[in-house]
Amino acid sequence: MTELPTNTAKKMGLVIDLDTCVGCHACVISCKGWNTENYGAPLSDQDAYGADPSGTFLNRVHSFEVQPAATPTQPDPAAQLIHFPKSCLHCEDAPCVTVCPTGASYKRVEDGIVLVNESDCIGCGLCAWSCPYGARELDLAEGVMKKCTLCVDRIYNENLPEVDRVPSCVRTCPAGARHFGDLGDPSSDVSQLVADRGGMDLMPEMGTRPVNKYLPPRPKDKLEEEIDVLAPLLAPVTETPGGFLGWLDKALDKLPGHSSDPSSGQSSGGSA
Amino acid sequence: MTFQQPRVETSPKVSDEIRQTTCYMCACRCGINVHMKTNEDGKKEVAYIEGNRDHPVNKGVLCAKGSAGIMQVNAPSRLKAPLKRVGPRGSGEFEEISWDEALEIAAGWLEPIRKDDPSKLAFFTGRDQSQSFTGFWAQNFGTCNYAAHGGFCSVNMATAGIYTMGGAFWEFGQPDWDHTKLFMLFGVAEDHDSNPIKMGLGKIKARGARVIGVNPIRSGYNAVADDWVGITPGTDGLFILALVHELMKAGKIDLDYLSRYTNAPVLVNQDPNSQDKGLFLRDDHGTPLVINRKTGKLAPFDMKGVRPDLGGSFKMGDVTHVSVFQLMAERYLKDEYAPEAVAERCGIPAKRIRAIAAELARVAFDEAFELDQEWTDFRGEKHDKMIGRPVAMHAMRGVSAHANGFQTCRALHVLQILLGTVEAPGGFRFKPPYPKPVEAHPAPHCRVTPNKPLDGPHLGFVHGPEHLALKSDGSPARIDKAFTWENPMSSHGLMHMVISNAHAGDPYKIDTLFMYMANMSWNSSMNTGGVIEMLTDKDESGDYKIPRIIYSDAYSSEMVAYADLILPDTTYLERHDCISMLDRPICEADGAADAIRWPVIEPDRDVRGFQTVLVQLANKMKLPGFTAEDGSAKWQDYADYIVNHERKPGIGPLAGFRGPDGDKSGRGEPNPEQLDKYIKNGGFFVEHIPAEASYFKPWNRAYQDWAVDLGLYDSPQPYLFQLYVEPMRKFQLAAEGHGDRQPPDHLRQRIKDTMDPLPIWYETDQQGNAGFTVNALTQRPMAMYHSWGTQNAWLRQLHGRNPLYLPTKLMRQHNLADGDWARVSSPHGEITVPVMEMAALNGNTVWTWNAIGKRKGTWGLQEDAPEATKGFLLNHLIHELMPPKGDGLRWANSDPITGQAAWFDLKVKIEKAGAPEDFTESQPILEPIKSPVGTGPKDLTWKVGK
Amino acid sequence: MHPAPSVILFTTLSGLGFGLLAFLGLGYPDVTGWVAFVFYAIAYALAVGGLLASTFHLGHPERAIKAFSQWRTSWLSREGLCAVAALLVMGLFAIGAIFLEQDWRLLGLLGAGLSLATVFTTSMIYTQLKTIPRWNMGLTPVMFLSFSLAGGALLAGQESLAIWLLLAAGGIQLTYWAKGDGAFAASGTTMQTATGLGGEGSVRAFEPPHTGSNYLLREFVHIVGRKHAQKLRAIALLLGFALPVVFLVLPVESSLIKHLMAAFAVLSHMAGIAVSRWLFFAQAEHVVGLYYGKR
Repeated sequence: MTELPTNTAKKMGLVIDLDTCVGCHACVISCKGWNTENYGAPLSDQDAYGADPSGTFLNRVHSFEVQPAATPTQPDPAAQLIHFPKSCLHCEDAPCVTVCPTGASYKRVEDGIVLVNESDCIGCGLCAWSCPYGARELDLAEGVMKKCTLCVDRIYNENLPEVDRVPSCVRTCPAGARHFGDLGDPSSDVSQLVADRGGMDLMPEMGTRPVNKYLPPRPKDKLEEEIDVLAPLLAPVTETPGGFLGWLDKALDKLPGHSSDPSSGQSSGGSA
Repeated sequence: MTFQQPRVETSPKVSDEIRQTTCYMCACRCGINVHMKTNEDGKKEVAYIEGNRDHPVNKGVLCAKGSAGIMQVNAPSRLKAPLKRVGPRGSGEFEEISWDEALEIAAGWLEPIRKDDPSKLAFFTGRDQSQSFTGFWAQNFGTCNYAAHGGFCSVNMATAGIYTMGGAFWEFGQPDWDHTKLFMLFGVAEDHDSNPIKMGLGKIKARGARVIGVNPIRSGYNAVADDWVGITPGTDGLFILALVHELMKAGKIDLDYLSRYTNAPVLVNQDPNSQDKGLFLRDDHGTPLVINRKTGKLAPFDMKGVRPDLGGSFKMGDVTHVSVFQLMAERYLKDEYAPEAVAERCGIPAKRIRAIAAELARVAFDEAFELDQEWTDFRGEKHDKMIGRPVAMHAMRGVSAHANGFQTCRALHVLQILLGTVEAPGGFRFKPPYPKPVEAHPAPHCRVTPNKPLDGPHLGFVHGPEHLALKSDGSPARIDKAFTWENPMSSHGLMHMVISNAHAGDPYKIDTLFMYMANMSWNSSMNTGGVIEMLTDKDESGDYKIPRIIYSDAYSSEMVAYADLILPDTTYLERHDCISMLDRPICEADGAADAIRWPVIEPDRDVRGFQTVLVQLANKMKLPGFTAEDGSAKWQDYADYIVNHERKPGIGPLAGFRGPDGDKSGRGEPNPEQLDKYIKNGGFFVEHIPAEASYFKPWNRAYQDWAVDLGLYDSPQPYLFQLYVEPMRKFQLAAEGHGDRQPPDHLRQRIKDTMDPLPIWYETDQQGNAGFTVNALTQRPMAMYHSWGTQNAWLRQLHGRNPLYLPTKLMRQHNLADGDWARVSSPHGEITVPVMEMAALNGNTVWTWNAIGKRKGTWGLQEDAPEATKGFLLNHLIHELMPPKGDGLRWANSDPITGQAAWFDLKVKIEKAGAPEDFTESQPILEPIKSPVGTGPKDLTWKVGK
Repeated sequence: MHPAPSVILFTTLSGLGFGLLAFLGLGYPDVTGWVAFVFYAIAYALAVGGLLASTFHLGHPERAIKAFSQWRTSWLSREGLCAVAALLVMGLFAIGAIFLEQDWRLLGLLGAGLSLATVFTTSMIYTQLKTIPRWNMGLTPVMFLSFSLAGGALLAGQESLAIWLLLAAGGIQLTYWAKGDGAFAASGTTMQTATGLGGEGSVRAFEPPHTGSNYLLREFVHIVGRKHAQKLRAIALLLGFALPVVFLVLPVESSLIKHLMAAFAVLSHMAGIAVSRWLFFAQAEHVVGLYYGKR
């Protein structure tokens, strides 16, 4: 049924930390592995060992370069590289659901997960057209639309230990850049993270109200701007070229247990 | 209308069985859960691979390579049976033979060599992780010509670490991710220790701690760095010494730490005429001496209650001795190391260098903290707290693969040590079996006797000219010329020189080249085209110059076509392996750990694990070490060896579950149930380090005792960090004319210049390189490792071709746009490749992903695969020798200290070659090889459970 | 967007077919018997042929029946229902006209309405997509309807009306292009909003996620060169509107030539509309291209 539920009990989703993602593609392949073996048809690959290998993936990692504008303090700022994983954002106003002519696409009432019921899908592709995020891919072998299921077959799976009841991309992410939880609950860890770090929506102007949020990269390359604060840290211990060993002697004296014993009658620099 | 939605099965059965083993998609050695499902034929098949949560390395996470293991196990490029070459070398024409015949042929070649001159066998392994076993095999065969690929890869980093601080990065040590507040990561090529580093970065990022990346390329870890230092390649050492300059000048160094735990206070002979000049003042037992600040008198550094004086000096007769620290102050306080003096060469503004130095000082000292943990040091002194210095440093291969890489890595360790951050909470921590002083490692052995084992382990650490692997006439004992005056401290051997030396018959000719997992005719060699010629070159009589080549690999790699006999290996899920404490174990800073692989599936082809084949070959030849006194074979296969071999009584390849009841750790009799115990335990064993022993390990009595108990060493081995590396000075002394082992004259100056016992920096810009001004680098993508990604149907979609990345400035300068073709040349060669712009890149550096490019006909790919058409190797531009200098000699393109291949010193010239449509393939184009395995299927719809 | 032949055929043919049906339902021309049969045969061939063509791009055409179920939210579902209703109603009306010489006026009006509704719902499938700003305009249904009416008039032999409708449709086409060219920029969707990055600078796409191609790139990223597009637009205008008008206004006496001219006008118009539709898809920029740096 392609009418969107007016409200979902929970808003399960992902929070993706762009400040932490190193672009390793672990989530991409873990997702491919789990979803090839599990929910619905396998994610197929065409021309797998040939000239134009191309397969169905539910999660892909883009990368973007940001060139900060020059400022008086940073006349030649370095460009930044941001790795950007992208999968279904499980939108609250999911256009992919409402455009579906067969009811194959739907948004679950209990947790807000957007799914495709593959046996109802005619593979018309309209849902993919309506998705601004490129979250849906038509599987060429099966002829049905594939998308992120938020591992609906993991997160409630009683055959998995409780700790593993998270999407496979979250479980595998080495850097811990992916967080999973209920974004409808303001007290959840993910909601707190979004609040603390200024989590953002992608293409908010589309009105899709994505559940998944992205944590923006923290400001980068700011160390030099702190130099004035830090400068006294590097004040030389001595202004005279030969003064270093003199400073050393005094500094060593101040260390606990290091002070030279005057009764020995010898200075440390003395000769025997 | 009520809302009706389909019922989804939210609790499907995940698998029929989970088998836990160890990943081998890279050198990380993560624990994996292999989910097995029963197929229609009732056979269990691999359905899904995930990380093992209990495993000490990856704690459940897994990278792209690991999760794609299933596509590695079903890869169409897997070799199927032993092969005998029937066409000319390089043609790829083989016939399949039986294992009996294969072993017969191999033994038929090897036995006469052993009887006559075992050094005629050169046995080198590539991405092997069973070096303690392969080395044992080679030693018992009797050849001195054995090594793995470290000389090509990162010997500078490993050796500099061990000589300086008794441990190194990667498998040997790790930042204290839980406490560090400032993490500084040096060097390009973010592959080794990949999951632990990613996990650590995640941890410190979650805390909001600062990450500084020093790397010409802002990819991967550097992309998430808070501050990025886009340094000019090869100048890391100079940058580091400028930091040292600033920190010393400001007195922001840990004097207490330096005086207690390093050789900074050790006295050094300053007599300009003495043959001991620059050597330590020692007592009669050979213990280095310091001035005791309490008494002002000489004292052995390890004396109970001694307070070593950093500024101490001592006059003995006319000879002055000053402390190492004084020598350091004299050197590093000089203006030549001031930020302003180095800024231009490093490509980093002086202000930035100073800001970083200030931040290091601030965090190390102003944010110092204490752990409420008592401990006792090796001098018997009790400490009621552990002082933390939360600055952690780590480095990737980039700093290492330069001709000044050894000294650069030394400089980095000296910087860490000056801040007191090594083995301090919040700093850098060793993983067992490290820390381990350099003296506790063997020295290299090279004495070959027909029909007898070698006189000791091949590889090790030289302490002076006396340990060089030279024959009595002074010529190199080893085919790779490791441990010679050209590269005295080449602790990992020089795999990259084997083929060219064997081809040239310099220092001597060999008969059989035996290699394992080393793609020498492709991405594992510099000068790929040249190596291919050497492998196929014939002498006047029409015989191959390298007469016989045996090669073992699991896959149809480029090297297969160049061997005469192929011994097909299994995939990593079909074999036994041990990731041993005798080798490069999987330890973490908090525990000693080792692991196994075991056949979670049986091979469906006529292949055998390479190590088992070595056991079978050894048994066939009745090699000593493999043969019991009654002449019977000690072990039937590798699993048998893993369980029953004892290196010393009670110490074997695996430390866990020893003793008849399997309850002994480290030391204990072999346990026939050992492998089962490992399997039940998830494929690994871990023994945690007690809290009292967890920091300051080189000097911590509790740690030393724990390590002895576990069998890591036989007696406590406390030692000082070697800011000043005395063995290097010994080589300088020889070059100055002292001692009876003397270097050839043409090397004297270089040895004097480069083997400075205190870190220096020197320019690596190669002579003969005029006009080639752009640095060219390679690194592997995180989702791939070596060549293996290419055959993997999932991974090759991520990286099916590799552009040459150019910084914006060079793109504009050469009027290039994404997809255009550029001609890239070096003094050695030329390639034409597609380009792509990257803004976050050092302005005078280009780079590409390594080992994406493939030879047509290999890896089970179709010949029009993008890897074979668009993909390319930078290796064509790099030579194992430097361009001629005009002195009649060809100098090796390597570090003069360790022999590490200096492939990051590559400088190139860039020219626009054409628009996207002007070329269809990267140049050069090599002839296709006939595939011994055919090509893979067109489409894949992989699903085991229906 | 990928200009798939199936959707181009579908929208071109069914637009014409339903346009003709609309005129027939309105009683222009008011025909019966064999003449009616020919007209209806042409109309049904076009409308049904177009609908059949549209199923070629389905992954599972055998499940197409399910597509009628979601009329409450889905324009594609509504289009299916409208099309079936229009074809049924007009079918009854046609039976009356062909076999019974009957003119069931109300039924005809209803059928005409449903036929135009079908064209409207078709257009709304595209118009509703915020992801494709060039389509997400009020002009899109206007254009579809104007083409359908002009083509219908042409096929229905309503020459004088057709001339005006063709001129109007041509004008709408020009306006649509002019407005469409600025639609993406006007939508406010940019690399910045797509990524949330670039607060302090500019954003550019670096490496794509995979070096290989994928469904999204094949389906959504089609780049038409500017010069090429201008040429095709000129051809579309010429064939779709200008030439047909010329064919219609040429003063010819012979009815044979007149019919020939009308046939030329129809063929030219169809070709022009097909080119216009090719451009409609090929030039439509999906916002997902931003993530690939292709916008």
